[in-house]
Amino acid sequence: MSSNLLSLAIWLPILGAGAVLALGSERRDAMRWLALAVAVAGFLVTLPLYIGFDKAQAGMQFVEQASWIPRFNVFYLLGVDGISVLFILLNSFITVLVVLAGWTVIEEKQGQYMAAFLIMSGLMNGIFAALDAMLFYVFFEASLIPMYLIIGVWGGPNRVYAAFKFFLYTLLGSLLMLIALIYLFLASGGSFNLLDWHQTRLELTPQILLFVAFLVAFAVKVPMWPVHTWLPDAHVEAPTGGSVVLAAIMLKLGAYGFLRFSLPIAPDASQYLAPLMIALSLIAVIYIGFVALVQADMKKLIAYSSISHMGFVTLGFFIFNQIGLEGALVQMISHGFISGAMFLCVGVMYDRMHSRNIADYGGVANTMPKFAALFVFFAMANSGLPATSGFVGEFMVILGAIKFNFWVGAAAATTLILGAAYTLWMVKRVVFGAVANDHVRELTDINSREFLVLGLLALAVLAMGIYPFPFTDVMHASVDNLLKHVAVSKL
Amino acid sequence: MLQNFVVPDLYPAAPELFLALMICVILLVDVFLGQSRRWITSLLTMVTLIGCAAITYLTADGQSVLTFSNMFVDDLLADFLKLMLYFTVMVVLVYSRDYLAARDLERGEFYVLVLCATLGMMVMISAAHLLSVYIGLELLSLSLYALVAIDRDSSRATEAAMKYFILGALASGLLLYGMSMVYGATGTLEIGGIAQAIAQGTANKTVLVFGLVFLVSGIAFKLGAVPFHMWIPDVYHGAPTAITLFIASAPKLAAFAMALRLLVYGLFELAGHWQTMLMIMAMLSIALGNLAAIAQTNIKRMLAYSAISHMGFMLLALMSGVVADDRHFMINAYSSAMYYVVAYVLMSLGSFGMILLLSRAGHEAEHLDDFKGLNQRSPWFAAVMMVLMFSMAGIPFFVGFFAKFSVLLAAVDAGHVAVAVFAVMFSLVGAFYYLRVVKLMYFDAPTDAQPIRAALDMRILLSANGVAVALFGIFPQAIMSLCTYALVRSM
Repeated sequence: MSSNLLSLAIWLPILGAGAVLALGSERRDAMRWLALAVAVAGFLVTLPLYIGFDKAQAGMQFVEQASWIPRFNVFYLLGVDGISVLFILLNSFITVLVVLAGWTVIEEKQGQYMAAFLIMSGLMNGIFAALDAMLFYVFFEASLIPMYLIIGVWGGPNRVYAAFKFFLYTLLGSLLMLIALIYLFLASGGSFNLLDWHQTRLELTPQILLFVAFLVAFAVKVPMWPVHTWLPDAHVEAPTGGSVVLAAIMLKLGAYGFLRFSLPIAPDASQYLAPLMIALSLIAVIYIGFVALVQADMKKLIAYSSISHMGFVTLGFFIFNQIGLEGALVQMISHGFISGAMFLCVGVMYDRMHSRNIADYGGVANTMPKFAALFVFFAMANSGLPATSGFVGEFMVILGAIKFNFWVGAAAATTLILGAAYTLWMVKRVVFGAVANDHVRELTDINSREFLVLGLLALAVLAMGIYPFPFTDVMHASVDNLLKHVAVSKL
Repeated sequence: MLQNFVVPDLYPAAPELFLALMICVILLVDVFLGQSRRWITSLLTMVTLIGCAAITYLTADGQSVLTFSNMFVDDLLADFLKLMLYFTVMVVLVYSRDYLAARDLERGEFYVLVLCATLGMMVMISAAHLLSVYIGLELLSLSLYALVAIDRDSSRATEAAMKYFILGALASGLLLYGMSMVYGATGTLEIGGIAQAIAQGTANKTVLVFGLVFLVSGIAFKLGAVPFHMWIPDVYHGAPTAITLFIASAPKLAAFAMALRLLVYGLFELAGHWQTMLMIMAMLSIALGNLAAIAQTNIKRMLAYSAISHMGFMLLALMSGVVADDRHFMINAYSSAMYYVVAYVLMSLGSFGMILLLSRAGHEAEHLDDFKGLNQRSPWFAAVMMVLMFSMAGIPFFVGFFAKFSVLLAAVDAGHVAVAVFAVMFSLVGAFYYLRVVKLMYFDAPTDAQPIRAALDMRILLSANGVAVALFGIFPQAIMSLCTYALVRSM
């Protein structure tokens, strides 16, 4: 099947961003509507990717190929399989919500704000669709630029520190990956094609070195303990939209990288180093869970909760069974919805109170009943309540982990307690109880635009929780294929 | 004596002869022009450069032709570098015109000296004889000393010129000493003859290697590689910005040609020796340049240290040409170095051009703080500067990334993986100070509220410069293959 859908998904938002910039912030209404139109169009062009996706096929679909840099044999090679297609949809969907969320809140340089998010959306679609390692890398690094600006220009008081930390941490990882990519290019006899690399035979030592290089790149992005410290800073300082994109999509890039690079290129090293990866994941799940418990800042709490949930994802990858891996993927998508929604909820409160401190709130349910209902719902999903998407992924990963080793599964299962503890305790302090102060008393409930944004996410969370089959069905063949590939030694 | 005199074939040196003639014409014409009609000199200079370009382009036949008793060579490499050179000098002239006029420095000498320096660089590029290397180098250097001191009332500029002159004289001395040793060992000054003599094994190796050390020192001085970099920050800082722009761009092309002619064309058999020297200098330059740039508050000094690190990167490619007598890496490595220089010149022109754009009569925009809030004063030029900074930092999609990438590829290909890792780690350090410029432009409020005024041609050219840096990043193949083609045809 040949089509230009993937190119459209990448370049439509980027070109649209150019138009938004050209319109400028002076013509605010026209610019906002244009940005929304571009975002919606960007989402609509990704729908045929899901509808036309052949679920029985494990290989790449919607493939586009063109020569890009012949000197280094670099191709503009795009394609999606069951693993990546959902993320393109998720990304384009979240972009629409982010544009809506920044509708009135952003007052300064709104045109640049919208354009930055649209560019970012296109670049991230590029990352998920790229099958050429150089193309992947180029999108991967370029996506740092808009995020750096989003945090730095529209962020909180300590935004400069957070923006630099975010950029340099991530760059550290990706530069090492660049060397790894060059090494693989030479080892594979002059190809940057990822699918070729999956077949390249490698000795154990180079495999381990490559795995470590990729690990640094992707672990920073996920982020895994102990290279997670940039995330709480970035989340706290970023504007709401930035936090949403960071949590919902950017963190997934790292996890996706493991599936596209580390596992299939260095399968033996992956098996060899799996105990290390499982240990790091469990530390993220348990230790970071405790860290989240003591946070006084809502955004920080959700940021730590993200790290903890992403620990679940990496755990699911490295136990090497179908249910674990699929659970991890479901968890990634579900976390995209839930963490995005949680950050939007905090954003709604922050816009009214200009505070993220839990202590400044109390009894919000009395003044904002509609909002409180949604917030509590998302909190429940975040702690993994059955019938929400949060439950499905966690449950599958725990099943997979128990299959792998009972104690690993038991340790992972503590997240159900910890996650419920930190999320619900926060909700209790913020939403319930008596009205804490006059500021809370003056709060107005969410307007229809905010309701629409949160409502759409609530529907997605609920749908995925009750009937996850449409999601797992798409990834089934590709996951199966990946696991078979990883099981075969390349030595 | 006289009967031995053969009229040399002048055809291959037509651009140089035309330029020399025009220098005399401009010198004469300018004497009769008042300051109000200085534009005639400016126009004549432009016409001269365009004429040179036309002659070079029309006489480029892809053949390597020696003339002037084998002192001068006209090959495709020379033609390509010369065309780049004319282009660079023309851009320099456009960028610097208003700056010089506002400071009453736009005198006839400026144009004549720039053209003399250009002639010197052309001779260096086409040198096939140690003496023509030296003559070209001296013509360039003496013109530059005078140009640095062109603002004779500025004590800082005079000090810089003095420092440049003394250190430059020392470097010339080293170079001459090295040449005399090479002559002593091989009995010839012709670069081709030297290569032949060494290949035949008749040359005294010890003397040769001693001579090589001095030659490499001389080249390193011109490039500004550590430990011969001392002059760079002071001269870049002290010279009027328009002159800094000139020193920071065009001579890099000539110095690269000199390195290539002497080391690769002449002393290729000694590659094992000079590659080690270049490696040490490259690593020191990358480390020191990037570390010292962080501490700078003056953007000219910052860019000076950044230039040192960039030249280190270029050397990285030059030292990757030969591995254990296996020569198939040559073209790849040297064309990467050439691509790097071309890309660097493009970025350097743009960034110094931005400093000139922000400067006006009575105000030197040479402090980093002068870039504060540029996004609010002019979103377009802030974007141009951002593109340049990210390109210098080596972030895709900009030309600087692909330059770094091809150099790293050459280094890894030659087996220098550890050196490549070292280099990328320091470019991580380097990313910090480029990011700081972006931070100042985008995150901070402006301190300087004056509107940006510049002539239309400068605005257009500077914009085109920024767009070119982005465009050659998205489509890097064109320049890459030109570099490779020029080298292949000239080796």
